[in-house]
Amino acid sequence: MGVRDPHSVFDFLANPERFMAFSRWAAPLLGLLAIALAAGGLTLGLTAPGDYQQSDTVQIMFIHVPAAWLGLFAYLCLGISSFLALVFRHVLADAAAKAAAPLGAAFTALALITGSLWGRPMWGAWWVWGDARLTSVLILFLFYLGYMALRGAIEDETKAGRAAAILALVGLINLPIVHYSVVWWNSLHQGASTFGAEPQNRLPAVYLIPLLLMGLCYMAAFGSLWLVRIRAEVWRRRARALALRASGA
Amino acid sequence: MRGFGVLLRRELALAWGQGGGPLLALAFYACVVTLLPLAAGRAPERLALIAPGIAWLALALAALLSLERLFERDFEDGALDLLALGPLPLELTAFVKCLAQWLATGAPLALAAPIAALALGAPSRILPLLVLCGLAGGLAFAFLGGLGAALALGSRRGGLLVAVIVLPLFVPPVIFGAGALDALAAGLPWTGGLWLLLAYAAAAVALCPLVMAAACRNALD
Repeated sequence: MGVRDPHSVFDFLANPERFMAFSRWAAPLLGLLAIALAAGGLTLGLTAPGDYQQSDTVQIMFIHVPAAWLGLFAYLCLGISSFLALVFRHVLADAAAKAAAPLGAAFTALALITGSLWGRPMWGAWWVWGDARLTSVLILFLFYLGYMALRGAIEDETKAGRAAAILALVGLINLPIVHYSVVWWNSLHQGASTFGAEPQNRLPAVYLIPLLLMGLCYMAAFGSLWLVRIRAEVWRRRARALALRASGA
Repeated sequence: MRGFGVLLRRELALAWGQGGGPLLALAFYACVVTLLPLAAGRAPERLALIAPGIAWLALALAALLSLERLFERDFEDGALDLLALGPLPLELTAFVKCLAQWLATGAPLALAAPIAALALGAPSRILPLLVLCGLAGGLAFAFLGGLGAALALGSRRGGLLVAVIVLPLFVPPVIFGAGALDALAAGLPWTGGLWLLLAYAAAAVALCPLVMAAACRNALD
């Protein structure tokens, strides 16, 4: 590594030294960006007028919808990192996959909890089993749990990483199937209202702008926390290597 | 081809012979089917509504039973190393193991399912479909279960781990089968669910051996 010039972002960050130098600044900067975006998005969102059908509960949307986006996005990151770790046997990609899983699980759990709190006043129930969207997000959460359980149960870290990466890729194929299998049931959850929505279903700007700000905020927060967790994993591995060397193994 | 036959006979002998084979799975199935109505309410009209679902879901749970030993036994005594060195590709070995698992537990369970469904008060016209769903779903459960068992090789607490890995993968076949059974019981068009279940089972049979072989190589490294 490192002899040839980096051709892409992946090449650039694949070098652990360069990654550590980059993330040392990028992680806190992204964190500050997330705080600024949260301040803007929440101010606009909480001062937005109540919806004519949903009154003030519409404000849950600014917490709930970006969390669901990030739950899916984090799984995509987990899948891509796992692929790079399996094919190129890259240590940093493995660390990235390991670091992404609990974050994705946390975002998915946040989406489930806030969605449930929103469903109670709007639908009259905490949870609706006949609903496609709810069920497929719950199963996404179970996939995260399975990934973390498998990763934690195998003692040899290299083998644990590779077995978990295989599982993550299987999940990546299976997720769309799970999604469409539950779409079979009628959905109570509303359809798309931001990207790719019909014009008459699109959110008015007074909700859309704070929602997009919160989406960017969650994205920045995920990026920052992900980098911090990857850094911690790199330091942990270095510490373990040093401890092994010191014990004369 | 001779290797294939010899291996299939070996795996079948192990699956039938060790720890009760299909009888143990059938006993477990009977226990689950007995417990569920006791917990869910004993009123006959209510039971008749959920009977196809109970008979179907219990099949998925019973398929989890003997997965833990599927690869672990051969991994511990070194037989898996020999199989990996042998003339058969590891993919084919994994395929044969899952096929034997299905023949020894999945198929007998599918044949027992109508008895349970009748006892719970399901309408008798769904019984042929239940057997068909049990056979196709059993194939999917056996191959997906083998995938979980191969991934969990070399772990602590194998059995519980396999269930946690595998159950989310069981979601689509469970939904497809339940959709077909419910639709038939309600007198609606039901073939769509059956086709999707067959397609999912076929995909599982085709793709899972590749993943299982990769997982075994990782564990044997």
